[in-house]
Amino acid sequence: MPAELLRGTFMVKNNENIIDLIGITRQFDDGVIAVDNLDLHVKKGEFVTFLGPSGCGKTTTLRMIAGFDKPNEGKIYLNGKDITELPPYKRPINTVFQKYALFPHLNIYDNIAYGLKLKKLKVTYEDKDGNRVERIEKFSKKEIAKKVERALKIVDLEGFEKRSVSTLSGGQQQRVAIARAIVNEPQILLLDEPLGALDLKMRKEMQIELKDMHKKLGITFIYVTHDQEEALTMSDTIVVMNDGIIQQIGTPEQIYNEPQNAFVANFIGESNIFSGTIAGKNKVRFLGKVFDCVDEFALNEKVDVVVRPEDVKITDAGEGTVDGTIIYSIFKGTHYEVVVKVGKSEITTQTLREVKVGDKIGMTVAPDEIHIMKKEIQSNVYDGYITKDNTVCFGDGEFLCDLTQLYEKSFIDDEGYLVTSAGERLDLTDVDVKVEVGLKDITIEDIKNDSDIESDEHYGAIGKIIQIIYKGDHYQLIVRTEENEEDFVFDTEDTWNEDDIVRVLIKKENIKLSLKQEIKR
Amino acid sequence: MKTEELKRLSCEPVEFKVKEKRTLLGFSRKQLCIPYGVFLACFVVLPLLLIVFYAFTDQQGGFTFDNFIRFFTSATTLTTVIISILIALATTVICLLIAYPVAYILANSKLNKGGTLLMLFIMPMWINFVLRAMAMKDLLTLIGVFEFNNYLNVIIGMVYDYMPFMVMPIYTVLMKMDKSLIEASKDLGATGVQTFTKVVFPLSMPGIASGITMVFMPTMTCYVISDTFGNGLITIIGKLIDEQFTTFSNWNFGSAMAMVLLVIMLISMWVTGGFKSEETRGTNL
Repeated sequence: MPAELLRGTFMVKNNENIIDLIGITRQFDDGVIAVDNLDLHVKKGEFVTFLGPSGCGKTTTLRMIAGFDKPNEGKIYLNGKDITELPPYKRPINTVFQKYALFPHLNIYDNIAYGLKLKKLKVTYEDKDGNRVERIEKFSKKEIAKKVERALKIVDLEGFEKRSVSTLSGGQQQRVAIARAIVNEPQILLLDEPLGALDLKMRKEMQIELKDMHKKLGITFIYVTHDQEEALTMSDTIVVMNDGIIQQIGTPEQIYNEPQNAFVANFIGESNIFSGTIAGKNKVRFLGKVFDCVDEFALNEKVDVVVRPEDVKITDAGEGTVDGTIIYSIFKGTHYEVVVKVGKSEITTQTLREVKVGDKIGMTVAPDEIHIMKKEIQSNVYDGYITKDNTVCFGDGEFLCDLTQLYEKSFIDDEGYLVTSAGERLDLTDVDVKVEVGLKDITIEDIKNDSDIESDEHYGAIGKIIQIIYKGDHYQLIVRTEENEEDFVFDTEDTWNEDDIVRVLIKKENIKLSLKQEIKR
Repeated sequence: MKTEELKRLSCEPVEFKVKEKRTLLGFSRKQLCIPYGVFLACFVVLPLLLIVFYAFTDQQGGFTFDNFIRFFTSATTLTTVIISILIALATTVICLLIAYPVAYILANSKLNKGGTLLMLFIMPMWINFVLRAMAMKDLLTLIGVFEFNNYLNVIIGMVYDYMPFMVMPIYTVLMKMDKSLIEASKDLGATGVQTFTKVVFPLSMPGIASGITMVFMPTMTCYVISDTFGNGLITIIGKLIDEQFTTFSNWNFGSAMAMVLLVIMLISMWVTGGFKSEETRGTNL
């Protein structure tokens, strides 16, 4: 991603940026890397949203900006000044917490005034002789009362000063939390999934109100959510994150219309994702047909093709680029949501036509609505080693393998030594190897119970399904092991559930081994 | 919505079944209460009534206020009450001063992984407390502290014995405290110390209050410890009552003292109860 590289080398002393994160890495004590070498620049007055699934590092990033968490590596700059080591109470940044975190022992007024009462101001006076005298003062009671009143007015809760926190509804508590933060006039307001605990209607209202508030106050908002619709509605800029890495930064339109990879496409709204091959200049082949497209890639390159449901135009059978049969149709008020089967693939689309299950129809997609992205992964590569039983250990598991592939025309003798064609006997125990496994060569099976993990059948690796992306005619799954967080990426046509614990199995002949270095003889 | 529409929508008549009165094993709620009612009547209400009866009668069974008059005019009893209260107060204050930092460390520290440290504080409670008191006495004698002052000895004994009762409720309150409140306070500009005085401490008041009640009241009467540690020279009100019942067989005067003690305890409960909020009442041991 060349754009990303440019961002990394961006000048830190840039007047437009309010906050710069440079090379931020946060690894927790248990070894989990929550944020991995992250670069991010936020402009003054921007409404930025960190969007991603839970555990993607968005909240950790926010906490580092607030000062509750410190990065292991990297620097955080506020207006060009390094604040990495600054404690939270010294940062001109305020946070609206996920569960509001209102002080239950204080009433609404005291909750909002909490920050103001602590604030120390430098005030310069001129004394009789015209000398400038600097004094540290606190806000007077009158000033505080005025500011609290104004803040309550902004969040539409006038007259609530004397109420206790427990008498307020969730939505009202949320407003108080916002008032408590903005009353301090922070340079940046951080919002950590602030609407997560509200019901749908309340959430929609608050989205609009927050957006209005952002316009009115003119301060920078950094918002964290896992709700893609919320992100699209409110933000100026969306930062899509996964696994501690920024997947894409862009305006809502860019993120939605030009997703940079399959993850973003899948996470932002519904999409059809297919495996395709570049069939020529501005031509891509998927669903067994060649479509015109606008992106340019190398001939025969394997790519992911993303098409939004609303971008598939339905025509009469035979008149589109590809024909299919409707297998599913639901009326959604303004349109029909339709699933069309083409060969083994399924395409979700929308239409205003009244269509019935079983109808044969044609489909076209405009060239600029076909989003092509590099296929992220072509095969799995691991570091492994050979055991004394002539099996191979990698990815937190032990697998049977064919060692004779390391040397041409070699064989294993009765005592387990590898005999090369030249007649040398090699002991391969503890030899480091590079292991490669194709996306189609991994299978998984259910683990029925805990004792199964300990069973005699100890070949294979145990992991959890952490991601399932539907790619038209198959699913791409990622299974991650617990111990070293090794990933197995593979394609399957079977349906699995996320978070299932499974055993990863690879056939002996599908494990490709290569030596990392010559074996000492 | 128009009424016709409403009618159309609610075309299915909904039947509200009257909830079955019988709940567990075919007994109704009221029936299940009976054993507890009987228990309360036998072991709480009846003894209390007996105390009241004895307190207001003389040994011949005639109604009299003499027991109370004797109590409030006798210098011995009044001094004992005052000494009891002072010992209990000192014990409570010392317990609080030690227990709060301990509970704070236990609740926050990574040292207390899996509750090991907490267990170390709770474990002595599993040993019979008379044994514990004797052992502590021997230990004090061994290191030579025991010679100084009998009051000091009694207070050390009481603090030692009742410490877990102060640690536990404070620890529970601190553990349950929403950590985001502390972050919110720092976020709003409070330093660590300010956060403690403005948020953590006020919010741990219910734990402190229940700790105080759990230490103050028993230490007023726990004469096993005052006997063991006081070399028999310190009498607290519990001991006085015991003597009336056992040594002097004067149940009437003993009951009157027990009633006065009851009133003192109710007052102290009322004082500390002011801090308690409903939800933290269950955090005692």
